[in-house]
Order: sequence, then structure tokens, then C-alpha cells
Amino acid sequence: MSKTVKLKKGLDIRLVGAASKVKTNAKTPQMVSMKPSDFHGMTPKMLVKEGQEVKAGTIIFQDKYNEPIKFSSPVSGKVEKIVRGEKRRILEVLISTSQDQQFEPSDVKSVESMSNDEVKATMLASGLWPFVKQRPLDIVANPINEPKAIFVSTFDSSPLAPDFNYVLEEEGEAFNAGMDALKKLTSGKVHLTLNGKSSAATTFTNVKGVEVNTFTGKHPAGNVGTHIHHIDPVNKGEFVWTVNAQDVAIIGRYFLTGKYNAKRTIALTGSEIKDPQYIDTIIGANVADLLDGQLTSDNVRVISGNVLTGDKIAQDGYLGFYHNQITVIPEGNELKFVLTKGWLGLGFDKFSNSRLFPTFLTGNKKFRLDTNTNGEERAFVVTGELEKVFPFDILPMQLAKAAITDDIDGMENLGIYEVAPEDFALCEYVCTTKINIQDKIRKGLDLIGEECM
Amino acid sequence: MEPKFAKGGKLEKWHPMFESFTTLAFTPAIVTQKGAHIRDGVDLKRTMITVIMAMVPCLLFGIYNTGHWEMVAAAGDRGLDFWANGGAKFMAGLWVVLPLIVVSYGVGLTIEFIFGFLRGHSLHEGFLVSGMLIPLVMPADVPLWMVGVATAFAVIIGKEIFGGTGMNILNVALTARAFLFFAYPTSMSGDKVWMAGTESKVDGFTGSTALGDLATFMSDKPVFENLEAYTNNYSFFDSVWGMIPGSIGETSLIAILIGALILLITGVGSLRIMASFFIGGYVMGLILNAFGGNEFLDLPAHFHLAIGGFAFGAVFMATDPVTASQTATGKIIYGFLGGLIAILIRVLNPAYPEGVMLAILFMNVMAPIIDHYVVQGNIKRRLKRVKTA
Repeated sequence: MSKTVKLKKGLDIRLVGAASKVKTNAKTPQMVSMKPSDFHGMTPKMLVKEGQEVKAGTIIFQDKYNEPIKFSSPVSGKVEKIVRGEKRRILEVLISTSQDQQFEPSDVKSVESMSNDEVKATMLASGLWPFVKQRPLDIVANPINEPKAIFVSTFDSSPLAPDFNYVLEEEGEAFNAGMDALKKLTSGKVHLTLNGKSSAATTFTNVKGVEVNTFTGKHPAGNVGTHIHHIDPVNKGEFVWTVNAQDVAIIGRYFLTGKYNAKRTIALTGSEIKDPQYIDTIIGANVADLLDGQLTSDNVRVISGNVLTGDKIAQDGYLGFYHNQITVIPEGNELKFVLTKGWLGLGFDKFSNSRLFPTFLTGNKKFRLDTNTNGEERAFVVTGELEKVFPFDILPMQLAKAAITDDIDGMENLGIYEVAPEDFALCEYVCTTKINIQDKIRKGLDLIGEECM
Repeated sequence: MEPKFAKGGKLEKWHPMFESFTTLAFTPAIVTQKGAHIRDGVDLKRTMITVIMAMVPCLLFGIYNTGHWEMVAAAGDRGLDFWANGGAKFMAGLWVVLPLIVVSYGVGLTIEFIFGFLRGHSLHEGFLVSGMLIPLVMPADVPLWMVGVATAFAVIIGKEIFGGTGMNILNVALTARAFLFFAYPTSMSGDKVWMAGTESKVDGFTGSTALGDLATFMSDKPVFENLEAYTNNYSFFDSVWGMIPGSIGETSLIAILIGALILLITGVGSLRIMASFFIGGYVMGLILNAFGGNEFLDLPAHFHLAIGGFAFGAVFMATDPVTASQTATGKIIYGFLGGLIAILIRVLNPAYPEGVMLAILFMNVMAPIIDHYVVQGNIKRRLKRVKTA
């Protein structure tokens, strides 16, 4: 039974710098990186050495404590460096790309002819598995669990997010094959969620045998967490898996061609990008080439992902494993005088979900926001503001407080199993306290993972 | 200059002070490190200054009204034209009110600075509002030292021992008021204090308030013979405008509603609490009317909303987000009960001519319990999901 859900709560942060619908084909990056930190809580066990030649799809490391989960190289080339941090923790694996791209050979059959277990085994062996994430805990799915449903969102509602209708326009076949593979992973339903605000591309409407749901509203209408909560919420002891739309296409491509083709179309966005656009590149690509000649100044923050949940990376950093966009915004590392840009200012440059600045009257104006916190950290004083942007039947402030105080019972009762840090991104944005709520929820989830799972 | 105050610097110990003052003038250059890379423009300073802005109409009217009643007391004539001689009245009022504000902020901020210094954090903004609320809920003639003592009590016992801004259980300004009420009852009630300068002026002149006079209906010696005599003296119109004696900021319903409008438009004040508080008060007024029996019980319910500190409490005190209920449903229950109890105490308990202060303090204590049940409701609703699925 498909559902249509209209959300009243939420917030669209109106930023300058949306990508125009022009696709450029970036040349293959010279260097790519696989970062174990992209997979929360995973400790890698290296399977290749520095200097070793790898092909696209060669397994380079696996989860030390859950060995069936393997991670593969997105390109063919040479393992240039294994960067280690404190206590020899592996920070990233750098792979320099070779001229012609070679793929790890495989003998896949069509998805239809495979049994459920064969599909799972193929995905695990080929390094496709990390694309599948699980709730609760928001980590790479544990293959031994049986998910009650799988969710794929066909739209991203976060600020400046890429439009998957455009990105996957020509990937219909691959997407379909990917969805077929996902159907084999669960005895429950596979849910595909469409954006009620725009008409979906044929890539998504042609998919058969799945539950199609429609969500309309402001961000986080496109988040899988929102969809799960309104369609088939996670209770204690249950698992739901999620896969990003573009990653479904990567999985599909593998089952069609037998090649691990980590190609990904990303949106280059943000107020500090001269010419925001879409770029075809590869997972883990070095962004220095992509940003070359595109930055308006040097005092900027480059984010792999969107402004709410992305990771801060260097100007020559690497695209994250799950990310579909690069956002560049100004750093806010300067003092703001009280009467002009501070707390007593008129505030025509401030975007706020509260109505404390006159900008709540200026309808569709777009803003150039920087990374300044716009104030110091404080205790929770204002109430009711998180609830306005949190379209869940969960009390966000109470849950955040339970997470801050390591209150396991409280977290369980208040719905920690249903949420991921990204669901709290808007809460974190609007909160007067400037507390890093996503980080608190992440720590709460980690505690639950240790104690209760 | 900053390095001297930074960690390891010569004046490291004074860093909280330094931070407090510099952040008043400049929003610091703190950038996001984790999580969302951009943050809302709002901060606690902006929120608090908005509340203070909302109190300005009450403050200005309060100053004028204080000046007016001081002249009334001096002349011993209640018939003085309210709007005549405005400039002089405003100055006279300012002479009374300004010292109260100075004492309240002076004592309060000093204590906040000391606690901030001991805990190594800068000044948190909560007291900026409390410091303005305290003078506004004081009778005009209260001695300054009492205001100082009450402020110190409220800030230390009411707030800082719980951890400071955002951690207190009771509304700080009402704690100050309640402290004076119970510690110095003779100075806080009766008919001597509500107008500046009544003490040594004309003999036989009373500076009684509308509520004080109404309360006498419950005793053997009412001031007025019946309700009609009362309304001749304090018309509904006068009560709405606020041209009656009372605590400095509480008298004018119009000024309070302007403040309420500012709070509601900016979204700082909770409409749920304000509206349900007024409804609660009105309902209790109607209930008392239904019983009837004497003039005070028969007082039309809408009078209750306009006199005394009811409206001021509903708009500025009950809505304090730290001490009110925090859940949406909880806010409605909290406000409704607050209003209900305020009028109940006001009318039926002759010892307390004004019930709003005690009602809100009581509901402050009850707010966590209300929230507890709302949260339990949410938990049960989600547990039920498992059973039905």
C-alpha cells in the first residue's frame, strides 16, 4: 500500500549557489582516497600493501570485526600510501589512478537467475555491501540481520542538493537492476520514495515490484529517516536498510556488466563556487581538480556533502564514500560588530527559522551563509524550536538530552532506534544553544550499539 | 590584547570577564567544527534583547503611571487628571523607577559575574531579562535595599545553585518577589506601598490598589459598598489602560498586549502558554461568578484579566521557557492551570491579594511533572505501534 505523506514541519535553508543543470565530465582524478572514517565504527583490516597494483573493484580492506564486509578500490592503479594517525589508526588509503581503467573480473549472472543468498554473497564479495546502511545505529548494514524493509529515497531535500531526477536520467537500466538486487535482500518490502513537489524521472517510475510512496514538504522530506518513520518505523529489535539512489545504480551496473564502476555524478555547489554545476567523477576523487579555478577566495570551507551533514575537507581533499555533492561556503572566522552584523544588528543578512530577524518577511531571498556559529554555546533555554523542524512523533529535545546524559533507558524509550544523526541536522542548525546535537546523537547511538545491540 | 587573557596568558583568570565584554560588542569568530556547517542567525543574546524590547512599553507606561500616582499621593486627591502635566510625571516616575532598575541589574549582574568567574564561563544572558522583570513587579515604594537583597536571593538561591541560566526551576524575578512577600510582608502588602511617597504625605489618604480594595469584599469591612461603587472608582476602561495603582509594570493591559504581540510575532513567547493562561483565568472567573455570594465573587470575569498582575504574569512570567513546561501539550496544560489557580488564590485566599505570583511559582514546580506525563504519553504511543503492527 503506497502512501502519500504531506509534512508540515521542516525548513528549507535558502542558500546561494545551486548547481545549474550542466553536466561536465571531469577527467579521471590522479588520486582517489578510501577513508575508513566514512564508515562509522568500522575498524579496517588492510588486505593490500603500499605499492601494490589494484584494479577497480579489488578488495583493499575489510571490517576487522565483521570480516564478510569488504571494501573495494573505486579505480585501478597503485596503492600510493596508507595514511595512519595516532595509534597507527588508518585514516585513509590513497590510490593513484592508472591511465587505462581495468576492472576486477567477475562472472555475475543476471539478478533474476540468482537466489537471495547468491545476491547477498555477490554484493559482499564485490565490495558493494558498504552502500547498504542500516537503522538503527546508522552504520554499514550487518549482513546477518534480516531487514524488515529497505528504503531508497529518490530525492534529496537538503540545501543545494543534487536533483537525482537529472543525475540518474539515463541510468534507468542500472537503477532498475539495482532495485532488483535489493528486492532479493529482504523478505519485506522495498520502498521507493518520490518527491511530491516535482514529477519523477522515468528512471524511478519504471521500477516494478516496489512500494512507491510520495512525500511532500520542506527538508527533511527527502531523508530516508523521515520516510521510515512515517511508513514503517523501526522498533527495538528490528532492522531497516537504506541505500542512496546513486548507489543503487552502481550496484545495478555491477549486476549488468560485472564491473564495479564507481562513477558518480556530483553537484558542485555553494556561494563560493563561481560556476555551480554537475560533474561526473568517481567515489573518493580528489577535489583539487574539480575546484580548480572555481573558488572565489581562499578563506572558504570545502564540504564533501551538504552544509548540514557533510564533512569538512581540505581544498585538495577527497569526496566521501556516500556523498553526492561538494559545497563550498565562506568561513566565518571573523569578529562581527554588534550593531552591524551582531546580535543587535538589523539582521538583513541573517537567515533564521525564528522570526527574530526581519528576513522572515523576505520570501524567496537566497542567502550567503558562512560557518560562524553566530553565538556562543549555552544551556537549553528556548523550547519548542527543535520541534518545528523535526517531522517525527519523537520529542527531539528530550531525546537529545537523554543522549547527552548517557541515559540508555531514556534514549530507548524516546526513540533512539529510529533516528540517525542526519535527522537531527536541522535541529542542530536552528538550536539557540549552538550545541552539536548530531554529535551527541551519534555518541548516544554508539552507546546503544555497545550496550543494547 | 586577547593573548593576555588566553590560556597561559598573564590574565588567564580574568578570561570569563574579558569574554563577557568582548562578546557584547562582537559576535566571536567561532566557526562550526562538527555537524552542521552553518548555524541559525539566532543566539541567546538576540532572544533576550527581544524580550527586553517587548517589556519597554510596560516600562515606559509604568514610569509614567508611577509618576502620576506619586502626584496623586502628594495632592491627596485621586481625581487628578491622568494625562495632565505629563513631562513632570514622567520625570517623577523615572526618579523612582530608575534606581530600582540600577539596583536590580547592579546586584544581579555582579553575582552572575562572580559565579561565571568561579565556573570559568562568561556571563550568560538569562539575567538580562530577569533584571528588568524584577523592578517591573515591585511596588513603587519598595526600599532599594530590599530590592537588592531580594535580587541577590533570587539569583543565588533561585538560579545559580541549580547551575545558572537554563537550569533554574523557579522563575527568577518571581522568586525575588516571593522572597520579599514572605520576608517583609508589611512592606509588600497593605495599602502603603503601591504609590510612591504615600508614607509621610497627607493623613488619611490610602494608596490602596484595585485588588486590595476588592479583597476587602471578603472581609467584614469592605472599602466599597457594592460592585457598582467599585466600578465607578476603577472602571474596566481604566484597568485596561492601566491608570490604576499597582506594581510598576503590571497595570496597563494595553502596554502588556503590545509586549505580547512583539513576543508572539518574533516567536519568542509561547502562544500556547499565553492563550491558555488567559483562558484558564477567565474560566475560573466564570466559575466563581456561578457560585457568586459576594461582590468579589460576582466581579465579571473579564475584570480579572485586566487588574493586578494577571496579564503581566501571563505574558512575561509564565512564558519563561526555562521554568515552564517544555512540551507542546504540556504548555497548554501548564498555562491553563496557571491561570485557573491564579484567580482561585486571588479571590478565595484573603491573605494573598494577588494570586498570580504564587500560581506561576506553583506551576513552575509542577511543570516537570506535566512534562513527564506528556513524554510518557509519547513513549506509550510509540510502544503501542509494535503491538498493532
